[in-house]
Amino acid sequence: MLASDIPALPRGVRLHRDRVRGTWVLLAPERAVTLDQIGHAILSEVDGHRSFGEITQALADRYSAPVEQIRDDSASFLTALRNRRFLDVTP
Amino acid sequence: MTVPPPIAMLAELTHRCPLSCPYCSNPLEMVRQETELDTDTWTRVFREAAELGVLQLHLSGGEPASRRDLTDLVKAAREAGLYTNLITSGIGLTERRLAELDAAGLDHVQLSLQGTNPEMADEIGGYKGGYKRKMQVAEWIGQIGFPLTLNAVLHRRNLHQLPRALEMAEEMGARRIEVATVQFHGWALKNRDALMPTREQAREATRIVTEARKRLKGRLVIDYVPADYHEDYPKRCMGGWGTSGLNVIPDGTVLPCHAAESIPHLSFERVQNRSLSEIWYESAAFNAYRGTEWMAEPCQSCERKTIDFGGCRCQAMAIVGDAAATDPVCIKSPHHGALQAQADAHAAQEGASLVYRVAPGKTAEPAE
Repeated sequence: MLASDIPALPRGVRLHRDRVRGTWVLLAPERAVTLDQIGHAILSEVDGHRSFGEITQALADRYSAPVEQIRDDSASFLTALRNRRFLDVTP
Repeated sequence: MTVPPPIAMLAELTHRCPLSCPYCSNPLEMVRQETELDTDTWTRVFREAAELGVLQLHLSGGEPASRRDLTDLVKAAREAGLYTNLITSGIGLTERRLAELDAAGLDHVQLSLQGTNPEMADEIGGYKGGYKRKMQVAEWIGQIGFPLTLNAVLHRRNLHQLPRALEMAEEMGARRIEVATVQFHGWALKNRDALMPTREQAREATRIVTEARKRLKGRLVIDYVPADYHEDYPKRCMGGWGTSGLNVIPDGTVLPCHAAESIPHLSFERVQNRSLSEIWYESAAFNAYRGTEWMAEPCQSCERKTIDFGGCRCQAMAIVGDAAATDPVCIKSPHHGALQAQADAHAAQEGASLVYRVAPGKTAEPAE
């Protein structure tokens, strides 16, 4: 994923607080993906406006983590969602 | 075992349906319109489901659009916090009704496909003009922007149309296609001679799907249900009995799976008399085949027992006559060889004609 790519959750894919299990989940057509803290943190930054570069920089700042590591983790997580059609990416 | 809360609920709103598909998996004895749950009861059940931990609600039937209160039900389900998925043939959905469903918050549409041209689709569905209307509905779905899954039901008569079905999914802008080879439950058992795929067809379908998954990666997701009888290992039915999903049929009876009523020694409770939570955690039917303790050999010592949970209980019942037996699809089942021979014999019945679904109360409440 390029720094300039803009990720967005398409219609029908949304974050949901699962109160029964005490976790966040990503709800998508006929699927529910349990999110860990990192997954939830990444997707909370995805707003359809900001680029992948901006998102990963914001996460690195917030968690005082090396941006390279955040970038690699986020790229593999978001690419997996993209391959399942749970994420749109605009160049 | 610790029983997890269910993730998905299938709400069969009605058994009424304008189509008469020979592979209908609903039971031979269907629920009549007079005994269908009303809007308020469904609304309560949706709330109970969300409180129990259900995330995904599948609104199905029959044809759910045959319910006049479909929009109200979608609204109630969204208010309960559920993800709403409409499983439909498209018949009974108008442009106005789809706009109402959009406003009510419907999340996703799964549209069935009986064939890739009018000749095939209308013959299989037993409904003249059905294909044309379905294509119109698909167009409206696209215009509104609902996420779409195409559900292509395939069998010996139409498996050659699989490549075209994949193209159609792309043309419709579907994100997902279910390539579902017919599973034989309920009415469909009457049509094994007419619909059983040949072994060659089953192999070819797997080849086409494998190739298409690579080619369409990131564009179209393909969920594949292979031709069960020709496989060597059984399906992971329901992700394990009473583990991830439950099914409420039109009269309020709660089942661990769609076909569970075919197991004669089980009795099932209703939402009218007990909470969904009590039924899920405490009822005898839901505990009957939970986990692995109920298993006999060869399942009990099998390394795959938590992969496929011994396969489908209803299939074991239907074919072996024992719901606790290993699914005869499994290569370790003593009945595996007989099932494979039976599948080949069904598949060789070239002239077999379709036995169309017969339903009660079909014309009682015409959809719009």
